[in-house]
Amino acid sequence: MKKLLSLALASAMVLSLAACGGGNGASSNGGGSNASGASNPAPAGDKVIKIGVFEPASGDSASGGKKETLGMQFANSETPTVEVGGETYTVQLVLSDNGSTTDKAPSAAADLVAQNVAIVLGSYGSGVSMAASDTFKEAGIAAMGVTCTNPNVTAGNDHYFRICFLDNFQAQVLANFAMDKFRAKTAYCLGETGNEYDQGLIAFFEQIFTANGGKVIKDSFPTNNSDFNSYLNKAKAENVDVIFTPVSIAYATQIITQAESLGITAPFLGSDTLDDNMVLDAANGTSIQLYVSTFYQEGGAPAFDEGIKNYINSNSTAKDANGGNDTIAAVTAMGYDAYYVALEAIKAAGSADPAAIKAALGSVTYTGVSGDIAFDDGGDAVRDTAYIKHSTNTGAWELETVQQAG
Amino acid sequence: MVQQKNKKGAYMALLACVVMLCGIILLENICVMLPQDSVPNVLKPTSQLFAVLKKGAVYSLAAVSMNLLNGFTGLFSLGQAGFMLLGAYTYAILSVPVADRAAVYYLYGGSAVNFSFQDMFGSIFGTEGVGGAVSMGLGVMIAMILAGCVAAMFAYFIGLPVLRLKSDYLAIATLGFAEIIKAVFQWQALGPVTNGANMIKSFPTFSSFNITDASGKVVLRLATFFPFLISTICIAMICLLINSTYGRAFKAIREDETAAEAMGINLAKHKMLSFCTSAFFAGVSGAMFAMFVTNAQAKVYTTTMTYEILLIVVIGGIGSISGSVLATFLYVACSEWWLRFLDSETVIGGVKLPFLRAGFRMVVFSIIIMIIVLFFRKGIMGDKELPDLLKRRTRKEAAK
Amino acid sequence: MEFAISVLISGISVGGQYALIAIGYTMVYGILRLINFAHGDVFMVAGLLGIYLTASMPLYLSMPLVLVFTVLLGFCIERAAYKPLRSAPRMSVMISAIGVSYLIQNTATYITGGQPMTYPVIPFLSDTVKIAGTSTKWVTILTPFLVLLLVVALTQLINHTKTGMAMRAVAKDFETAQLMGIRINTIISITFIIGSALAAVGSMLYFTNFQAITPTAGALPGLRAFVAAVVGGIGSIPGAVVGAFIIGICENVIKSTEFTVFSDAGTFALLILILVLKPTGLFGEKVTDKV
Repeated sequence: MKKLLSLALASAMVLSLAACGGGNGASSNGGGSNASGASNPAPAGDKVIKIGVFEPASGDSASGGKKETLGMQFANSETPTVEVGGETYTVQLVLSDNGSTTDKAPSAAADLVAQNVAIVLGSYGSGVSMAASDTFKEAGIAAMGVTCTNPNVTAGNDHYFRICFLDNFQAQVLANFAMDKFRAKTAYCLGETGNEYDQGLIAFFEQIFTANGGKVIKDSFPTNNSDFNSYLNKAKAENVDVIFTPVSIAYATQIITQAESLGITAPFLGSDTLDDNMVLDAANGTSIQLYVSTFYQEGGAPAFDEGIKNYINSNSTAKDANGGNDTIAAVTAMGYDAYYVALEAIKAAGSADPAAIKAALGSVTYTGVSGDIAFDDGGDAVRDTAYIKHSTNTGAWELETVQQAG
Repeated sequence: MVQQKNKKGAYMALLACVVMLCGIILLENICVMLPQDSVPNVLKPTSQLFAVLKKGAVYSLAAVSMNLLNGFTGLFSLGQAGFMLLGAYTYAILSVPVADRAAVYYLYGGSAVNFSFQDMFGSIFGTEGVGGAVSMGLGVMIAMILAGCVAAMFAYFIGLPVLRLKSDYLAIATLGFAEIIKAVFQWQALGPVTNGANMIKSFPTFSSFNITDASGKVVLRLATFFPFLISTICIAMICLLINSTYGRAFKAIREDETAAEAMGINLAKHKMLSFCTSAFFAGVSGAMFAMFVTNAQAKVYTTTMTYEILLIVVIGGIGSISGSVLATFLYVACSEWWLRFLDSETVIGGVKLPFLRAGFRMVVFSIIIMIIVLFFRKGIMGDKELPDLLKRRTRKEAAK
Repeated sequence: MEFAISVLISGISVGGQYALIAIGYTMVYGILRLINFAHGDVFMVAGLLGIYLTASMPLYLSMPLVLVFTVLLGFCIERAAYKPLRSAPRMSVMISAIGVSYLIQNTATYITGGQPMTYPVIPFLSDTVKIAGTSTKWVTILTPFLVLLLVVALTQLINHTKTGMAMRAVAKDFETAQLMGIRINTIISITFIIGSALAAVGSMLYFTNFQAITPTAGALPGLRAFVAAVVGGIGSIPGAVVGAFIIGICENVIKSTEFTVFSDAGTFALLILILVLKPTGLFGEKVTDKV
């Protein structure tokens, strides 16, 4: 009897938790759209080719991962079939959540492999991509990174490709921008302890910044930290010219709101992760100067902008995944392009065989909404353009400048 | 008589282990023996089954090593992830081939440690063919043993101050040390050795043990066999330790420290022995974990990982080695494989099942854990071992 | 100078918020000898409740409701997960606590979809104020005073009411108290209710300052508050408060140096040092083993 009672209480506990969320049903449905791909029933009699989507739907990078997936889903809804060797194949997206952590990544990757995907897209976040790399390698499947910018993702293997620029390029662009625009002499760099993305960017930024006579102060905060006052106060006390924060979205929003209440006037420089609606919301109505480097700027491809906005507005789960509004994130544009590059590779291979697709992918060229895409020998995209935009603090981004390499 | 019975039991256990290991080799190589198309999906080398088996083998060693400390000696330590981290990094640092070091340590312009066992043996036995295999195997073995030794050495120095603490305080102090170790390995100033926040990779992993022919085609798969072999050997060693006089002393300490001391057991010495042995095997399992995830990165070895292993120990039964092993495989299979369908929306007969979406798997999983913790307090096995249960059954049958 | 003051202010403020969580840990430990690992997550749930409830009703209604629901959650956790295990070994109860923490985090991930949520702005508390040349939020200034007020009220309750006396008796000797006719289960429930209520207040202060809530948002403040309780001598309420301020200031001082990587490691090092020198913490009672 007692056991029954406690069981009942336990379930009541779970239900009450669920009810608290359920009361606000619409906004809590964020995860919904991500898992739906696998269950899309294929039209009978048609041949199906599966594309694996290896993206985080939970954890630190969930917000970015969902937006990237959104681009692929939109592209899939636009072009749901591909011609291979005279036959029409239906393209089916298979999603797998890597949970933003490197220890869950291999089994999430194995899940995709077990479902016989022909090619894998993803992930948002370099660490998970590297952790899953060997699983794809062993299975002989090509993987195409969409926005994983760490050099080590593609280094030393022939199955991982990517369509975005690299950290060293991004850091260079930002360091140059800091020195040109703000005449910056000292920079404060803040990243998460033990996060290779943050620390990698900061290291490259430091190399370039100090090589040009600048001074860098580096700090790192522990995972799950939410109190940034001391760090920001230090930046203020040191009178730095710019603050460089290449951090995950959740931390970026905290840093910006806390900087506002501390009255920080130095401009903030962010990497591609900060190009996100939640960060934009945090900066909305503040006097923070926020600049980010990114892959795409709204207005770059009007037809795509219109299409994706319609898609987002007509689909409530998509809108939730995009943070509740229709501002286009660069990662969404990148996800969109990635899908089409994958289709090009499948066409070039002329078969649904993963090995053939892998062999064909390296020589694929494609002009996407984010620019021309081609791969070099190492599997990296040949990219020499980064967009730098700033928050207008009224809930929108404005293009600041387009930076070229060198 | 008793002696004979023990001997018989030991032979039986040895036989069981050998049979299990052979079974694993067979299971793994079905896909090599059969023609490609007739292999069922689940037996393909990339199937979830083998991921689960590998992870299970790695975690079972970690769980048993924790059980040695928490279950058999009664020392409540939460430092397991820290020792695994030490093992993983020691293995990784000593095993990355010199040629790949510049690429792995690209932020630091190469590594401070320009040496790897594999290269060292490679210069003796050669790097190609059988010689290459021998040098890799030896390199991996020695690096793994050293991984255990480094973890044990750290355990010794940590143990000096903290083993005097009682129960919960010991737990918190060891948890604190695990966090400190993690922070040290993430410190950029040590980057040339630890690679800072970046992961160390490119070292030999489980798949390196697959034997290939000249054309690169796999002729004999040993990727799952290898972790099983190492775990079996290590767990057998722990069993031997537990059944020795030391093991009896550990159990005496667990039951009553004061009484044990009065019986002439040197508390400090035995506690330290148990702590260091546990750390040694945790270090070895850490090295294997690095091989499983194919990289070593400090941020993975969190307190959550320690809690996970602790949960496994409790689910298996505190003080039961076979329980820990069984629980590990069930736990890993449940969390990574069997429940995965809960994460995707499913439509059956036109009706969309409620609740199913990303994240639901973990909710169900944690409810299952709560039910086990609340209603099966002693875990799967209690403090019994698998042979005990079998014996009882045969005796019952004989009585009939 | 300005920098030193700002570090001190944020240290004291964070310390105050940790204190409110630490009291929950220390009271439960004092009575049940249980490290309630789920307490940090109760704190996080209070934050999430704040978000969901404010979305559908005005602040003056939602905040008291947050308090009520959090207390209810704490009560349910105790009844469902700890009470059935009262006679079980202590390790099982602790595992149960870890299990509850796991369950709450996973459920929160499921409901929020893993995305960070933004805590509502509470008028006045979120406004900025300038003190000694550094600007900060009002909540930062008010926290230590509110904490002191609550702690004084709590000590009054424990020292001068019948319930308080019963709580002290149960903490001293579980079985004898039961024999004396004290209703153990009621007292334990009251302890959990007080702990959860303080955690709810703490969450309002904490998340007004640091607005993003993720399912793991409770883990770090929870861990630090727990360390604070141990430093102060677990089981002692003044100890928890003093410990929390020490940890809060210590953490912010380390963050202001160049060794920021060690901000967590530093607090743990301090903890180990104190445990080695004084095994029961600063204010803990010395326990003698009966043979």
